[in-house]
Amino acid sequence: MEDWRKNKLVFWILYLPPTAWLVLFFTIPLAIVWVYSFGERGPLGQTEIAISFANYIRSMEWTNLYIILKSIWIATVTTAICLLIGFPLAMGIAFASARYRNVLLLLVILPFWTNLLVRTYAWIAILRTNGHVNWFLEWVHGLLAGVFGLLGMPDVLGTFEPLQLLYNQKAVIIGLVYVNLPFVVLPLYATLEKLDKSFLEASLDLGAGQWRTLFSVTAPLAWPGIVTAAMLCFILSLGTYLTPDLLGGPDSVMIGNLIAQQFGPSRDWPFGSALSFLLMYVTFILLWIRAFAARGEKGKLH
Amino acid sequence: MVQTRKVKAFGPDVGTDRRKPIIEIRNVVKAFGAGVRAVDDVSLDIGEGEFFALLGPSGCGKTTLLRMLAGFEVPTSGDIMIAGERMEGVNPNRRPVNMVFQSYAVFPHMNVERNVGYGLRVTGVAEAEIKTRVAEALSLVKLGEFGKRMPNQLSGGQRQRVALARALVKHPKVLLLDEPLSALDAKLREAMQLELVRLQKTVGITFVIVTHDQDEALSMANRIAVMEKGKVRQVAPPADLYEFPNSRFVADFIGKMNLFEGRVSGVQNGNLQIDIKGLDRVAVPFTGSASGNIAIAIRPEKVKLGQTDPGGDNVRLRGRVTELAYYGNESHVYLENQTGMPISVNLKNATRTTLPSISIGDELWMSWAPTDTLVLTE
Amino acid sequence: MASTTLPDVSTRRQKAGIAPLEYTRRLWLQLILAGSFVFLYFPIFALIAFSFNDSKRNITWQGFTFDYYVKAFTNSSLHEAALNTLIIASISTVVSTVLGAMIGLVLQRYRFPGKGGYDGLIHLPIVIPEVCLGVAMLAFFSAISMPLGIATVTISHIAFSFPFVAVVVRARMEGFDLALEEASRDLGASEWQTFWNVTFPYMVPGVVAGALLAMTLSLDDFVITFFTSGPGSTTFPVKIYSMVRFSVTPEVNAASTILIVLTLALTVAAMMIQSRSDKKTKKANG
Repeated sequence: MEDWRKNKLVFWILYLPPTAWLVLFFTIPLAIVWVYSFGERGPLGQTEIAISFANYIRSMEWTNLYIILKSIWIATVTTAICLLIGFPLAMGIAFASARYRNVLLLLVILPFWTNLLVRTYAWIAILRTNGHVNWFLEWVHGLLAGVFGLLGMPDVLGTFEPLQLLYNQKAVIIGLVYVNLPFVVLPLYATLEKLDKSFLEASLDLGAGQWRTLFSVTAPLAWPGIVTAAMLCFILSLGTYLTPDLLGGPDSVMIGNLIAQQFGPSRDWPFGSALSFLLMYVTFILLWIRAFAARGEKGKLH
Repeated sequence: MVQTRKVKAFGPDVGTDRRKPIIEIRNVVKAFGAGVRAVDDVSLDIGEGEFFALLGPSGCGKTTLLRMLAGFEVPTSGDIMIAGERMEGVNPNRRPVNMVFQSYAVFPHMNVERNVGYGLRVTGVAEAEIKTRVAEALSLVKLGEFGKRMPNQLSGGQRQRVALARALVKHPKVLLLDEPLSALDAKLREAMQLELVRLQKTVGITFVIVTHDQDEALSMANRIAVMEKGKVRQVAPPADLYEFPNSRFVADFIGKMNLFEGRVSGVQNGNLQIDIKGLDRVAVPFTGSASGNIAIAIRPEKVKLGQTDPGGDNVRLRGRVTELAYYGNESHVYLENQTGMPISVNLKNATRTTLPSISIGDELWMSWAPTDTLVLTE
Repeated sequence: MASTTLPDVSTRRQKAGIAPLEYTRRLWLQLILAGSFVFLYFPIFALIAFSFNDSKRNITWQGFTFDYYVKAFTNSSLHEAALNTLIIASISTVVSTVLGAMIGLVLQRYRFPGKGGYDGLIHLPIVIPEVCLGVAMLAFFSAISMPLGIATVTISHIAFSFPFVAVVVRARMEGFDLALEEASRDLGASEWQTFWNVTFPYMVPGVVAGALLAMTLSLDDFVITFFTSGPGSTTFPVKIYSMVRFSVTPEVNAASTILIVLTLALTVAAMMIQSRSDKKTKKANG
């Protein structure tokens, strides 16, 4: 590493343009939103600068708090499901023979490179009333009805009523699991792949079974990866906008949608700004916890 | 000394041990993928209370064999019996063996006590008993004070002791050690060699050690199996392995050896007559059967150097000194005979005054007793 | 031998020929893997397949057709969106790559006051929720009274893309041996010559990978574009979004498929460049 003073001209040439862009088109916009978050909404929906915590207090009113809590709940459930699916998946890839490992890994990453909007839209086609799932259920229903018909009980099942799978909280969770699964598998895989397999063998050798080994050795040693995966998934799910917008209904408005609403139809930018900063604070705190945990782990292992 | 060697020369120990076997390996094959045989039809008995070494260059299959004993690899065919029980289908956690890993695999998230107690805890031993047994095991490896330390606060040697205690606390019938000393520096390695021998005598169970270091195997084990390309080439006690290697590979792998290729020309008075290019016809006592192309071999330290023809029935040849190397305790002399065949000779520097008065370019006689000559048919 | 005394070890047997850690050979794990991949791929394949389905409403297969691609290609608003997307993506890629490479190099190489904080700041655009960045850009452009259009979208794309490029370039330069530069200077090259002849060639794979990443980010972005685009500056994803909101038709599938193919092609190109340069580096290092 070189000291910047060694060649000041080169340093400034490289340093200034990106920094200027970062300050002008990132830091200042955030600062404006931060200032707005203490402002007031004028009668015509314009933003008036003020020093008031009314917007933050308003976000703690039950209707808004409810949305925040529900967002946390949805993100939590999504994270839990992602870990449940992602851990065995990552184990499978990490313990596959070198020949298949890269192929399996690529198969996990590939959907991740498909447009988020497109991937979410694909689920509309699957879950809607005349979508693939209902089509399959209807087919099974028809099959069963035929069987019952042969048994002389033709009307026992009634007519097929398509399930309402779309525009509710479950659809949002499915969509979030779908788009965030690769973010969970990759850090888990990275940790498990680096893990010295002789730790697992030592545990088995000393008399522990596979499950005991998983809980006493594999999981504790993979803990940093599990935390990273969970944090990543939680942060991404909490701040989502598109998934609940497309797949959700009135019962699944999340904080991202609430923010967008303030900057859209509701035209209450100060309140939207306050919500926006609340979401960012939560994100930063989680990232800080993760960084802290990672540093602690490093100290323990080396 | 010479006498026993002579006797043994006509009937070397073939490496059978009359102790009751604790491990019986029968025609074990391990194939990885198509055609690659890591372990190729190995049969071995390892006796109770033995310190047994699997020795060979890297990739010879010794580690795979050890891992099959532990249950981490499944043999493609063949049988392994430990303590009289067939091990086919028995998971590692149900085998009466424990292993010390090359990387030690001391769990980094548990302190020394938790590490050593792990194997007892997972099998449901009562906490009180765990406590006393862990304390016992730690004092056995001289780590009594270190129970509360975390592995990252230990040196490499100490971590290895934890790994040893952790395996021994289970009272296994066999302790498996996978290259246990390879990660230690030279000084510590020698100390640990003695320590392991002491430990094995104390606990009295069978140790099976995998190593690529011949000194390690020779100094610690009471019997050694030399492996090459998945096959066991020879099983013998250390001294027999050194003095009576049964093949060119073993002769060359264990210590230094001068090899001369030749042809059998006949048998006379119980002596094998061998024609070797650059040497006179050599007569060597030999009990086996040999014909065609064979090799004779002589250890560098068994060759004498002299200014004059030693005569007698010694095997002898003349050569010119090409290279000299001084090692303190001994000197190595490299010679070439008229046909350009290289021969090396080791001279002990037994006293301070006997620095060899040899210089490069000297023409000297080399000679050795016919009974010191090895006949290698393989 | 004593095998007649059957031991208690027989209670739990290894499955034939499967070693304890060969999890991937166990049926239950294979089922999990298979299930996960069906879950990951069925939606995408269904979407692509039904873009060729000769039926407007039905999800049963009615026959193969290119009709919806023809429709998508002749749809003038899609044309406009595609053109906007390409303009925005090209400018954003070029600017992001240059800015990202510069700051990536700075962060990898120099010690300067406030570096720790700067390092955190440069990662913020990567980690903050998209919707927060989107509304912040919207607030900013309205505060400076800049009309929403192609320019505002491009500026926003650069703002969140170049930190990604910086991360990629920085990672690439971690493997660079500074002794190479010293050798070049020792042999008489100037600092400028050294940069172009020694440092930059080593940087190139990182720069290319970063550029392709910036391009995919720009092509794919919906949320931030949604907040910063005005009438006439709609991009392809935003256009698809408005079509999706309107109705689910095979035409949307066709447009989506085009987008998938485009990003996939770019990604594959990026990965090939990366792996080729990795191989080269490996070879060079013996």
